[in-house]
Amino acid sequence: MPFYVSPEQIMRDKADYARKGIARGRSCVALQYAGGILMVAPNASSALHKISELYDRIAFAAVGRYNEYENLRKAGVTYADVTGYQFDRGDVTARGIANWYAQTLGTIFTDSNKPFEVEIVVAEVGLTPDSDQIYRITFDGSVTDEPGFVAFGGQADQVAAALKERFSDGMSLTEALGAALAALAAPSSGSSGSSPGNGAQSELAAAQLEVAILDRARAHRTFRRLYGPRLEELLAESRAATAAEGPGTPPAGDEPPTGPASGGTDATPA
Amino acid sequence: MLAGWVVPTGERGGGVGGYFDGVMRQPGAFMAARIPSFTDFLAAYAPDLLPGFRGPGGGPLPAGGGSDVIADLPHATTIVAAACSRGVVMAGDRRSTAGNMIAKRDVEKVFRSDEFSAMGIAGVASVGLEFVRLFQVELEHYEKMEGRSLSLEGKANRLATMIRGNLGGAMQGLAVVPLFVGYDEETGTGRIFSYDVAGGPYEEHRYHSIGSGSVFAKSALKKLYRDDMPVTDAVLACVQALYDAADDDSATGGPDLTRRIFPVVATITDEGFRRLPDTEAADYAQQVVDERMRSPDGPPAPLRSAG
Repeated sequence: MPFYVSPEQIMRDKADYARKGIARGRSCVALQYAGGILMVAPNASSALHKISELYDRIAFAAVGRYNEYENLRKAGVTYADVTGYQFDRGDVTARGIANWYAQTLGTIFTDSNKPFEVEIVVAEVGLTPDSDQIYRITFDGSVTDEPGFVAFGGQADQVAAALKERFSDGMSLTEALGAALAALAAPSSGSSGSSPGNGAQSELAAAQLEVAILDRARAHRTFRRLYGPRLEELLAESRAATAAEGPGTPPAGDEPPTGPASGGTDATPA
Repeated sequence: MLAGWVVPTGERGGGVGGYFDGVMRQPGAFMAARIPSFTDFLAAYAPDLLPGFRGPGGGPLPAGGGSDVIADLPHATTIVAAACSRGVVMAGDRRSTAGNMIAKRDVEKVFRSDEFSAMGIAGVASVGLEFVRLFQVELEHYEKMEGRSLSLEGKANRLATMIRGNLGGAMQGLAVVPLFVGYDEETGTGRIFSYDVAGGPYEEHRYHSIGSGSVFAKSALKKLYRDDMPVTDAVLACVQALYDAADDDSATGGPDLTRRIFPVVATITDEGFRRLPDTEAADYAQQVVDERMRSPDGPPAPLRSAG
C-alpha cells in the first residue's frame, strides 16, 4: 500500500541523513597563508587520504564516507586531466571543477535514494593571494565561495568560529598551522567534554594528521604533502610560538618546505 | 556518441549536466571504477582527442593519397642519451627539416615526462609532440589516481603501447619514434629504452641515439663513453656526439653561435629531472666548438686499450 510522501519531506529526510553522516566524522580545514593554501585534517591513516592533488594548482579535500569521496576525487582528476589535455593546462580552474562537482552531487541528491554523505572543498592557489580560491560543495550540490578559510565536516560551525578568531591575511605557514590545529581542537575544549565528533584531540601528533599545501612558489605542480620530520618540525615551531604567545617574534619556518625534489612520490611517506 | 560530450544531442539533452551533459546521464564515464590509464579512458570516451589519423568517417587514411604532403611535414632529427653515475643524460639538436629544407632551427625535442623520466622524439614532429603531451598526462594521471608513480618499466611499456597504436599512421609516412630515459629509483641507476614504429621497448645499455644523425652520434658516443661517467662528462659526451652528427648529417643542426641556439640537454638523476638552463648548455657547446677550432674531428680515442 503506497503512502503519499511530499517532496519536501523526502528532501528533508535525505538532507538530514546526509548531515548526520557528515557530522559523525572529524572536521577538516583549509586556509590561506602567505605562501599558498594549507589544508589540515585529522587522519590516522597515511594511505587513505582526505586531501589530494587534483591538478597543477588545485587540491581536493573531503570529509564523510571514504568510498564516496574517493570516487568523486578520481572523477575530478579525470575531469581536470581531460580538460587540460584538450585545451591547455592553464584552462583547468577550481571554479570549473567545483561546478562539475556541484552538478554531480546535485544530481545524485535528487535522483538517487541515498545521497552522498560527503562535503568537498576545492582550492586553487593563484599567482597572488588575491587570486586564491576556495570552494565548498555540500552533499546537495550547493557551492559556496569561501574567502580566506573554511572548516567543514564534524563540528564545522565551532571549528569555523575558532578559526575565524585566529585567521588573518598573510600568516606564515607556522602561524597558519597553529591556527588550524587550535581550531580543530576547539570542539573538545569548548563543550563539556562530550562532543561526539572531534573528541579529545587537543594535542594532535604528526602521525594523526594529514597536512598538505599548495605552494605558490613552486612551478608546475604546486601540491605537496607535509609529513614525517618536516611536519614534526613545523608542529614543534607552531606549538612553541603558541606557548610563547609572542606576536612580535616571527616564526622561522615560513619558507617553502624543501623536501626531496620528488614531486612525483609525495604520496609515500618517508 | 563521440560528439555527444562536446555538443549535447537531443537524445541526451535536458541540460542537467550542461557542458558535460553526456556524463551526467552516464555516471559510468567519470565515476566508474576502471584501470587508471588516461589513454584507455580517452579511447572509450573521446577517441578523437587521441593522436592518430582517421580518414572520413573514422576509418583509416586513404592509401597512398597525399604522400607529398606527408613527406613535406617537419621532421625532428637526432636525440642522444647516455647513462652516467646515478642517472642518465639526454640531449637533442634543435633542427627540424621538411624534405631538404630547414623547417625550424630552434625546435625542442627533449621533454620532461615526469619527475624521474624524459623522452625525446624523432620523426614527424607534430605527431611526436602529441605523443609527448599524452604520455605526460598518462603518467601524471596514474600517479594522481593511485597515489604512487608507475615503475620505470611500467612507464616504458606504456609508451610502447602508445607508439604501437600509431602503426597505421607510421605506414602512411607519419612515423614517430621516441627515446625514453629515466632514473630507476629501485636500482639507483639511469636506464634507456628505445622503440620502433611497432612499439618496443628495447632496453639499451650505456648509451643510445635515434633519428637521422643517430649513426654518427652513436659512433661518436661509442668512442667517448666511459662507464660511470660523472653527469657533467656525460653531458659533454652527448654534446660532442651531437656535433659529430651535425658534422655529417644535413638534417641535424649544430650549435648556432650567431643566434645563440644550443642543444637541449636534460639530466635525470636521483634529484629528478633537470633541463640545463640555456646559459649552461651554451657553456658546454662553446667548449666543444672551441676545441674543434683546434681539432675539427674532436677528441681522438686511444688506438689501443690501456693494459
